[in-house]
Amino acid sequence: MKCDIILSGVGGQGILTIAAAIGMAALESELYLKQAEVHGMSQRGGAVQSNLRLSDTEIASDLIPYGQADLILSVEPMESLRYLPYLSDNGWLVTNTKPFINIPDYPNIEKIMKEIRKNPNHLILNADKMAMDLGSPRSTNIIMLGAASLYIDIPIENFEKGIQKLFGRKGEDVVKVNIEALHKGRDYGKSDQLTN
Amino acid sequence: MQRLILLGDEAIGQGAIDGGMSGIYGYPGTPSTEIMEYVQNSKEADDKEIQYEWSANEKTAMEAALGMSYAGKRSMVCMKHVGLNVAADPFMNSAITGVNGGLIVVSADDPSMHSSQNEQDSRFYGKFAMIPILEPSNQQEAYNMAYTGFELSEKLGVPVLLRITTRLSHSRSGVEKQQSKTQRELSLPEDLKQFILLPANARGRYANLVKSQPAFESVAEDSKFNELFPGKNKKLGVIACGIAYNYLMENFRDQKPEYPILKISHYPLPRKKVEKLIFSCKEVLVMEEGYPIVEEMLKGFQEKGTKIKGRLDGSLPRVGELNPNHVAKSLGIKGHYGSKIPEFIPDRPPALCKGCGHADVYNALNEALEKYGKGKVFSDIGCYTLGALPPFNAINSCVDMGASVTMAVGAADAGLKPSVAVIGDSTFTHSGMTGLLDAVYKKSPITLIISDNSTAAMTGGQHSLGTNHLHDICNGLGVEKDHLRLIVPLKKNHKDNVKTIKEELKYDGVSVILAQRECVQTLLKKKKSKAR
Repeated sequence: MKCDIILSGVGGQGILTIAAAIGMAALESELYLKQAEVHGMSQRGGAVQSNLRLSDTEIASDLIPYGQADLILSVEPMESLRYLPYLSDNGWLVTNTKPFINIPDYPNIEKIMKEIRKNPNHLILNADKMAMDLGSPRSTNIIMLGAASLYIDIPIENFEKGIQKLFGRKGEDVVKVNIEALHKGRDYGKSDQLTN
Repeated sequence: MQRLILLGDEAIGQGAIDGGMSGIYGYPGTPSTEIMEYVQNSKEADDKEIQYEWSANEKTAMEAALGMSYAGKRSMVCMKHVGLNVAADPFMNSAITGVNGGLIVVSADDPSMHSSQNEQDSRFYGKFAMIPILEPSNQQEAYNMAYTGFELSEKLGVPVLLRITTRLSHSRSGVEKQQSKTQRELSLPEDLKQFILLPANARGRYANLVKSQPAFESVAEDSKFNELFPGKNKKLGVIACGIAYNYLMENFRDQKPEYPILKISHYPLPRKKVEKLIFSCKEVLVMEEGYPIVEEMLKGFQEKGTKIKGRLDGSLPRVGELNPNHVAKSLGIKGHYGSKIPEFIPDRPPALCKGCGHADVYNALNEALEKYGKGKVFSDIGCYTLGALPPFNAINSCVDMGASVTMAVGAADAGLKPSVAVIGDSTFTHSGMTGLLDAVYKKSPITLIISDNSTAAMTGGQHSLGTNHLHDICNGLGVEKDHLRLIVPLKKNHKDNVKTIKEELKYDGVSVILAQRECVQTLLKKKKSKAR
């Protein structure tokens, strides 16, 4: 098993929470893991990414080479396109629809969505709305994770355990709603696969 | 054995805790900050009563670490690469004094300048000081080097430089933890003159350092961190330093590399191993993160018909950090690229947070300066450096910690009117206070704005040592009471703030305007932890 993931978004959107949740799940599955993240200046509203590599054999580089990522998981639509050179031919692009506009030259959103749809394997979801519907606006990222989990070869139970570990300190309610969010995202992904 | 998932920085923190460290010192700076933070958050460190407070700057941190070493205990000091410039004086001289308790100096380099002003390579400092350098290739090695580094330092009698780069600092992986060692007892150096660098003593100590070089090399020769792997194809040999080794191996995922490979993670260069590789291969490709220091050494001294390739001949890019793609190209391995980034995707540079006090400072300053024209503002290092970008375009310099104050002094000397400096609170206590004393002494006509958000915000909100004391500090340095002004940078105060700044711009002497409002990020954090 080898799964190279690029997580992308804007500084402050919490992609490191997703990375941590996948990391915990990978530990449950006893996989090797390397996860490179961005700290410092770009965390202030700049473009951020994290390279997350999972494998059942030892991993050499902390960085994913071009054309080898199995998954781009983006919590912001435009940011998903910034890392296309890394996506493999069969790789999946999973992205949230809500734009984060903090620059004056943010492109037309329709243009962005059209570009995303050009990828043969794409999954687009309005995770912000789904999190609202769930009554837990802060679970957007876990909904994204749930959708992307379809393309990460780790049993769903281990994602649940990972979320348990990650949010355990915040109380059972927080754990429960995030596990719900995980399934909501995953179910959406499944139904999207069926309709396409 | 316990297996932990740690950032490279955290692995160093844990390795040092387990290695019997009694104190850690440092000043926050990307990508080194998480070493100290990890120790500060470690229960184990509390149980062991390890000292772990931030220092005012890298120089004071380096000196405190040396003091702990003098007293016989193991200490670590952490900083970013440019921080080592600040600490260079005690650092260079610590090689001459030598150590009593083991001393590890960690310098985290930032090739590609993700969050820095340059991409200087700390290995030059290690070579300059003539001390051993450790350069881990992965998180486990980072742990092992911190764990065993104190003993290496004690054995060789000098500090050890542990050099890491951004990718390792901020990447997580599994690390196996070793059994924790006990700390050393308080014990004075055997020779009580060891640390007195009066010329007569210093000459003797320096001669000793020079004499020790072959011993340092011999230890590096046998170091388990340096390894020569045989390979059948001798057309090319590869020397891979530190993290470059990972990028090399990434290109041989499923097969053994055909070329002989020398992995280097412990300097001085193990001469015998290097010669064995060079003399048996037709060409040698040097892969190193940072400057081509090893490549230059080999080109100058070791080349006997063997072609040396690397960053200098264009086999690898001369600047910026390495990655698996660069390395593949240098080996003639064809890469496979995904699709191109659509051309209409703009950059998304970092920006000041919504509601940030620095923004109100710059809005007021820009308005106050309107009639004087552009080019009058020196600034410094921190979040407020983002004032260089639109919509503010408010500052004209960012050089090194504290430089805003003293560059304003020099420019005022040259006749620039007004000459303005903008500095943050933590940077001011790091290296701005001494410059302000210069200004007060010579009655320099400058206007200094200390944009005080009461934290080291850029690096994630570490404690800022001057919090609540800045007014007293300025007072104590001799700033006149009438020209030590306080403003609160809020939209509703904009008019008043512009007026205050305008008044001080006119003053023909030192003015300090303290603009005080807490960082919105730390405020949010406090609210969250209260709500819990």
